[in-house]
Amino acid sequence: MSRTERLGFPAAAREALADTQLRRNIGKATQTIRAKRAAVVEELDDWEELREAGRAIKERTLRHLPAYLEQLEASVTAAGGRVHWARDGAEANAIVAGIAEAHDSREIIKVKSLASDEIKFNEAMAARGISAWETDLAELIIQLGDDEQSHILVPAIHRNRAEIRELFQRTLAAEGEQVTDEPAALAELARKHLRRKFLSVPVGVSGANFCVAETGTICVVESEGNGRMCTTLPRVLVTIAGIEKVLPTWGDLEVFLALLPRSSTGERMNPYTSLWSGVTEGDGPEEFHLVLLDNGRSDVLADDFARQTLNCIRCSACLNVCPVYERTGGHAYESVYPGPIGAILTPQLVGLDEAGTLPYASSLCGACYEVCPVKIDIPSVLVHLRGKVVAKKREKRLDPEVAALKTAAFAFSTRGRYERAQKLSRGQKVLGRGRGSVPPPLSAWTGARDLPEVPTQTFREWWRGRANGHGGG
Amino acid sequence: MPGAREEMMGRLRAALGDVPPEETPLDVAVTRDYDRALDMPVSDRLAMFAERVAEYRATVHRVAGPSELADALGEACERHGVRSLVVAVGVPEDWRPAGVDVLDDSALTHAELDAADGVLTGCAAGIALTGTIALESGPLSGRRAISLLPDLHLCVIEAEQVLGTVSELFERVTPGLPVTLISGPSATSDIELNRVEGVHGPRRLEVFLLD
Repeated sequence: MSRTERLGFPAAAREALADTQLRRNIGKATQTIRAKRAAVVEELDDWEELREAGRAIKERTLRHLPAYLEQLEASVTAAGGRVHWARDGAEANAIVAGIAEAHDSREIIKVKSLASDEIKFNEAMAARGISAWETDLAELIIQLGDDEQSHILVPAIHRNRAEIRELFQRTLAAEGEQVTDEPAALAELARKHLRRKFLSVPVGVSGANFCVAETGTICVVESEGNGRMCTTLPRVLVTIAGIEKVLPTWGDLEVFLALLPRSSTGERMNPYTSLWSGVTEGDGPEEFHLVLLDNGRSDVLADDFARQTLNCIRCSACLNVCPVYERTGGHAYESVYPGPIGAILTPQLVGLDEAGTLPYASSLCGACYEVCPVKIDIPSVLVHLRGKVVAKKREKRLDPEVAALKTAAFAFSTRGRYERAQKLSRGQKVLGRGRGSVPPPLSAWTGARDLPEVPTQTFREWWRGRANGHGGG
Repeated sequence: MPGAREEMMGRLRAALGDVPPEETPLDVAVTRDYDRALDMPVSDRLAMFAERVAEYRATVHRVAGPSELADALGEACERHGVRSLVVAVGVPEDWRPAGVDVLDDSALTHAELDAADGVLTGCAAGIALTGTIALESGPLSGRRAISLLPDLHLCVIEAEQVLGTVSELFERVTPGLPVTLISGPSATSDIELNRVEGVHGPRRLEVFLLD
């Protein structure tokens, strides 16, 4: 998590493409999970109906988000919890650090949470002298290795077992203990190390997959049991949730618990799903806090077309089907949100000036839209954001792309201009430049693409000829 | 942080300027044409439940009646070398296996739970479609910590508790109480996508289906 300045997708992707191990591991992971997902989705006859319900529930929620957040706040409070509001990451981090300090704790145990990664939670805690321990196996590998996530679901997939063995030998093994590279042995070492933390650290921090406005219920899905540990054993529990995680009703969970595991890990159901509301006497934490995080989300909401980006339930299905992600891996996106969803979410959260190359990190093949369990039309949002990038450039200077689009607008504005432009384009051949290139500055476009051959006759010419009795085609 | 809430609410309301003020949440249509129940005979539903729980590499025992249950549980304890068994307070007397040290969960500490070899609970329901058991905080399922810290979880489910779908489950459990859905033992695929059972939760799950 040491990146401070963005390289932009093309440069970052070049780095990633040179890393053959990363490419091999990502390729294997995406293919394996893709096949598992396809098999469990195939066995449901009502998958499309579930997707449509998921999309519609999200639309309903987002269009009425203020009311649902108020309802959630009231329900959590009624259940004995406390709700905090955080405009940005710094505010959220300060709230959690304050809670830990109020309980005299210099340690926090943490469930894997993308929201916390987004706000650089661990670094913020370290700066206040608080150690935040990652408890998900992959996140532990990332944390111990001072590394960065490469996939939403399996963040350490770019590391092989020999590297993990070496890391655990150096950081977790007892003196004289020899660690093998068997995955089961490595998991056992992590289990022993973290069990001590689970039993002693008084403050747990989690993210949320869903927050139910009606009942104040928080839902966390996971596989390893570290989520259950962190949300059950500590005296104090803090959940950091993006404001878009709210669902209207308890019954709405049935849709998302059908969509998420099948889309994410390719399982009918993930091993553990924890649901709780506030505090329960004699069972679990004595104190519960919910931190509602904006951090750019209200800006995403303000664009009524790109708003659907907030439907995302972080399943990572779009990563696994994306031909671009499959080749570059997650690091090239320079964000905790990689892949197609990252290409639309990150630029909206951090701004197009920061991440304006990401909407171009796609071939617009549409596979992401097909698998998205909440039907986010990622290709259309990408195109929409590209339009915004171009509009921004127009404000700044005369860019070749802007010039090209302006010329196109001029040429298409009347029939006469259009037909003359078509004739002119055939001159390309006469000029002897041949197929596949155009003069600068437009050659920047054909540097990476073949220019289609210009037909000898336009449709209009053919149509007119046909009316005169010598149509040909 | 005074002001954060008001400022966030203000931003959100401004962001939703395109939503007509008279629109209510229910004006945004949600079509629920998905299947909310499983259409199949009870025997098939039970078979599907047993098969799908087992596919997660949990062990499923079909037990003919309550009289055989204590014996089946006792055998499982023997097989796993269980000497101390935590038992949820509401577990019926006649389920308790002989030959093990039964620890009634009155108020066991986390350290005591961690030191126990296994735990015996009932559950709130099961879901055939997904091979899931649902625990609901209370006498039969126990509080959450008891089914989490011991390394072996023995869970008894009665045939009438086996439902078809997640939708039916949410109609049955009480909103507000802690609920844990369990589909197989703790697992990870974080190292080269190799599945390993048991990272933090119980490494072994045995389900006893009481017909």
